[in-house]
Amino acid sequence: MTWETVIGLEVHTQLSTCSKIFSGASTAYGAEPNTQADAVSIALPGVLPVLNKGAVERAIKFGLATGAHIAPRSVFARKNYFYPDLPKGYQISQFDLPVVGMGQLKIQVEPLSGNAKPYEKLVRITRAHLEEDAGKSVHGAAQGMTGVDLNRAGTPLLEIVSEPDMCSAAEAVAYAKALHTLVRWIGISDGNMQEGSFRCDVNVSVRRKGEPLGTRREIKNLNSFKFMQQAIDFEVQWQIDTIESGGKVQQATVLFNPDTGETRAMRSKEDAHDYRYFPDPDLLPLSITPQMIDEIRSAMPELPEARRMRYMEQYALTSYDASMLTSSREMADYFDSCVSNLGMTKLAANWITGEVSAQLNREGLEIAQCPVSPKQLGGMLARIADNTISNSGAKEVFRTLWSEGGDADAIIEAKGLKQVSDAGAIEALVDEILNANADKVAEYRSGKEKLFGFFVGLAMKASKGKANPAQLNDILQKKLAV
Amino acid sequence: MLNYSLKQMGAALRAKEISSVELTRLYLERIAAHNPVYNAYITTDEKTSLEQACLADEMLAKGEAQPLTGIPIAQKDIFCAKGWRTTCGSRMLSDFIAPYDAHVIEQFNKAGAINLGKTNMDEFAMGSSNETSYFGSVRNPWDQERVPGGSSGGAAAAVAARLCAAATGTDTGGSIRQPAALCGISGIKPTYGTVSRYGMIAFASSLDQAGPMARSAEDCALLLNLMTGFDERDSTSLQREKEDYARDLDQPLKGLRIGLPKEFFAEGLSSDVASRVEEALSEYRKLGAVTVDISLPNSRLAVPVYYVLAPAEASSNLSRYDGVRYGYRAPEYADLSEMYEQSRSQGFGAEVKRRIMIGTYVLSHGYYDAYYLQAQKIRRLIAQDFAEAFKSCDVIMGPTSPSTSFRLGEKGDDPVQMYLSDIYTIAVNLAGLPGMSIPCGFGANNMPAGLQIIGNYFDEARMLNVAHQYQLATDWHSRSPV
Repeated sequence: MTWETVIGLEVHTQLSTCSKIFSGASTAYGAEPNTQADAVSIALPGVLPVLNKGAVERAIKFGLATGAHIAPRSVFARKNYFYPDLPKGYQISQFDLPVVGMGQLKIQVEPLSGNAKPYEKLVRITRAHLEEDAGKSVHGAAQGMTGVDLNRAGTPLLEIVSEPDMCSAAEAVAYAKALHTLVRWIGISDGNMQEGSFRCDVNVSVRRKGEPLGTRREIKNLNSFKFMQQAIDFEVQWQIDTIESGGKVQQATVLFNPDTGETRAMRSKEDAHDYRYFPDPDLLPLSITPQMIDEIRSAMPELPEARRMRYMEQYALTSYDASMLTSSREMADYFDSCVSNLGMTKLAANWITGEVSAQLNREGLEIAQCPVSPKQLGGMLARIADNTISNSGAKEVFRTLWSEGGDADAIIEAKGLKQVSDAGAIEALVDEILNANADKVAEYRSGKEKLFGFFVGLAMKASKGKANPAQLNDILQKKLAV
Repeated sequence: MLNYSLKQMGAALRAKEISSVELTRLYLERIAAHNPVYNAYITTDEKTSLEQACLADEMLAKGEAQPLTGIPIAQKDIFCAKGWRTTCGSRMLSDFIAPYDAHVIEQFNKAGAINLGKTNMDEFAMGSSNETSYFGSVRNPWDQERVPGGSSGGAAAAVAARLCAAATGTDTGGSIRQPAALCGISGIKPTYGTVSRYGMIAFASSLDQAGPMARSAEDCALLLNLMTGFDERDSTSLQREKEDYARDLDQPLKGLRIGLPKEFFAEGLSSDVASRVEEALSEYRKLGAVTVDISLPNSRLAVPVYYVLAPAEASSNLSRYDGVRYGYRAPEYADLSEMYEQSRSQGFGAEVKRRIMIGTYVLSHGYYDAYYLQAQKIRRLIAQDFAEAFKSCDVIMGPTSPSTSFRLGEKGDDPVQMYLSDIYTIAVNLAGLPGMSIPCGFGANNMPAGLQIIGNYFDEARMLNVAHQYQLATDWHSRSPV
C-alpha cells in the first residue's frame, strides 16, 4: 500500500519594527525581563492599542512578494484565552479578514534521499495576517514560582499560513527555507531562528493514495530546518505505523523533542480552546489604499526567484548555482559586485558557492561578514581567468586574502605564484625530466599509463608549482606519445 | 459660592474674591462632613488636591488662568489619575494606584483644574443604581433612602449635594444621563469618539464615552470644551477641529424642530415623568420650537441588543484582571487555574460576573452568529432609525429614564427591571449619537425627573443651546437638595 503525506505550514515571523505592534515599547531582543514592558505590554487598566504603521507596511511587502491580494479593508480580532504570559487575556490578531490574501511561492526541492532529481514546485499561501506575540513564562526563576517576562508581549508577527501543498519533509523544508530567504530578502524580518523570529508549526497527515485527507497533527514551534525534517519524518512514520497497526490518528498538537527525535502529543482536540474571536472594538478596520500599495511596490527589491531566473538566463548558471547564490540577498549582492565588471560569472559562482561558502561555514560566518570583499575576490578571479595563477595558486591567494587581507596581485607577486605559461620553458623542463627518467618513460610507453601522474608531479615540482597545468598536460602527452 | 456657575466661579477666582485653595478647602470640608452619608467619593486626597490648588493660584496670580483654572472637579473613579487609587468601583482594583493619567485627567490638569477626588460608581460601570459598587451604595441627596442612579452615581450625587463644582462621568448605556436625571443635574454624553478613552477603564469599548456632569448646560459646555479633542493614543478618537461648545448657547430656539419618538412615550413610562416631559415640551413650544412625531421602530430592541454587545466586549475587556500582574489576587490557591478562578470569583461582584458570563456565552462557538452578529446587525438598524428621524427634526426629546429614583434595594433581585431603567438611553450609545439629560421638574415622590435631548452626530453645541435656553426659562436646574 502506498502512503501519501500531506503537509501545511503556519509560520510566525517576527517583523523587524523597532517598536511593538500596538505601542512604542522597544522590540529589541535579550533585554532584562520586563524592561521593555510598557503600560500597554502590561495591559494596565485603561490602555489602548495604536497600530504600528511599519508592521502594516511589512505585511504589504510580503503580500506583494508572494503575488497576493492585499485586502483594502482588514479587521483586527481578539482571540480570547487565559495564560499568564498573555497580559490582556486576549491576543490581538486577524481572523476572518486578514491583511494578505491568497498568494504563492515557488520552491526548489532537493530530495533528501535516493537518486531523485531536484524539482520545482509552487506552494500556495492561503493568507498572512498581523498579530501580536505573547510574553514568556520563565520557570524556575524563583523557588516554586513561575516568572512572567513581558518584553516580547506585543512584538509584531506576521503569521503565514500555507495550503497543504507539500507532500514530503523535503518539500516542507524547501518551502520553509524559501520563505525564510524571502522575509529576510525583502527586509521584513531578521529571520533569526534562535531568537524565535521565525517559528514553524507543521500540520502533518497521511493517507493511502486516492483516499480523502487523513486526520492531521500539528507539530508546534519548530525553530530549525533540521528539526523540521526530523520531526516530519518521525511523525509521518508514526502516523503510518499507527494506522497500519489498526489505530486511528487523533487530531492533536504535538511537540518535537530534539534529544529523542520523537514527537509527543501535548493536547488533544478535546482540550481545544474556544477562542471567542470578535472584532477588536479598540481598533478601527485597517484600510490600505492603492497609493500605499503602489508606494511600497515601487520600493520593492528584485525578488529571489526573479534573480535566480536572471542568473540562469543571463549568466547561464545551473539551477543549483543560481539557487545557492540567491539563498540570501547578501549572497546574491556579493556575487553581483564580484562579477559586475568581470563577466566571469561561472568562475565567480563556483568560487562563491564552493571555497567561499565552505570557509564561511567552517568559521560560522554569514556572507555579510566575509573577510574577503567582493572586490578582493574579483581581483583574484581575474588572475585565474587570465591564467596568471593556477587553481592551487588561487587557493593560496584566497587563504591569504582571508587571513591577512590585501590584494591578489600583490600576494601573487610576493609569493611568486605566477604560473609559467611559456610553452618553450615548459618543454625544456619536460625534456629534462624525461631524459633523467628514461627507464620510467620506457615503462610508460610499454603500457604503464599510470606513470603519467608521476611525470606531472616531477614537472610541477621542478617548476615550483607554477607551470600552467593544462599546458603541462598537453606537452607531456605529446612528448610521451612519441 | 456653592451655587455659582462655573463661569461665575472662574470670575471670582480671577477677581481674587476667593483663592483656589480656599475654594478647594471649602469643598473638602463639605466632603468630610457629608460624604459619610452620601458615599459619593471613594477616594479623596486632601494633600494632592490642595497642592494642585496652590499651583492653580499661581497660575491665577500670573494671569495665566484658563476658564476652569482653580475649580475643584470630581473625577469618576474610572479614570486613571497618576498617583491616585483608581478602583473602578471594584474589589479587583481596590488597591490599584494608577501610574499614569487618562486623557481626560491630563486635560483637566493642564487647565489648572483641581482633582477633588474619585467618585463612587457601579463596579466597572455596570449598573444603574450605584448598588454594585464594592465601596457601597451612594445615597441620592434628594432622599437618602433612594438611589442616585448609575453608573456615574457618585458623580451625580456629588454635583447635586454641592460636594464639587462639577464632575466627570462616563456613559456606556446611560451612565451619565440616567444618574443626572435621578439627581436633578445636567449631563451630556458626546458623540462616540469625541472624548478620548485613553486611560478610561474599559467596560464596552464601542459604547463607552466620557462626558461632563454639572449643574447646568452652560457648565457642561465649559467642561466639554476641555474634555474633547483628538488623541492619537485612542484609535477611535475622531480627528476634528477643536470647537467651542458654548458658542451657540444664546441662540434663540425659534423654529427648532423637536422629534418625539412615539416609542419613548409608550407603556412602561411612569405618569409623573411623562407629565414633567410634556410640561417641558410645552415650555419649548413657548420658546418657539415645534414638535414633530417620529418613530424609532427598532429602539424596542435596544435593551436586548445592548445586553449582548456590552457584555461581549466586557467579558474580553475584563480578562486582564487575572491577579497575575496587578489587582486583587486570592490569598490561597493550589495551581494556576485555581488562582484565576479564586481571584476573579472574589475580586468581581455579582453583576460583573453575570455580564462576563453572558458575554462569554454570546461569543462562544455556535452562539456567536445567533447573538453577537445578529445584535450587530440590529445595532446598524437602530442607527439607521435615528438617521431617518433626523431628516425631519433637529433634536429628539423624551424622558431620560422611565421613572424617578427608586429605593435602595428595590430592584436588587431583578436585573431585568434594573436594565429597563436605561431603556431610553441605550439606543443612543448603540448609534454613537450624543445624548443629554437636564432636570425638568419633580415626580410623585418629589424626586427629580430628567428630560433627554438627543442630537445628531457632532451636534453637541446645538443640544447645549437647546438645554441652556430651557434653563434660562426655568429654574429646575438650580433647585438644590442641600
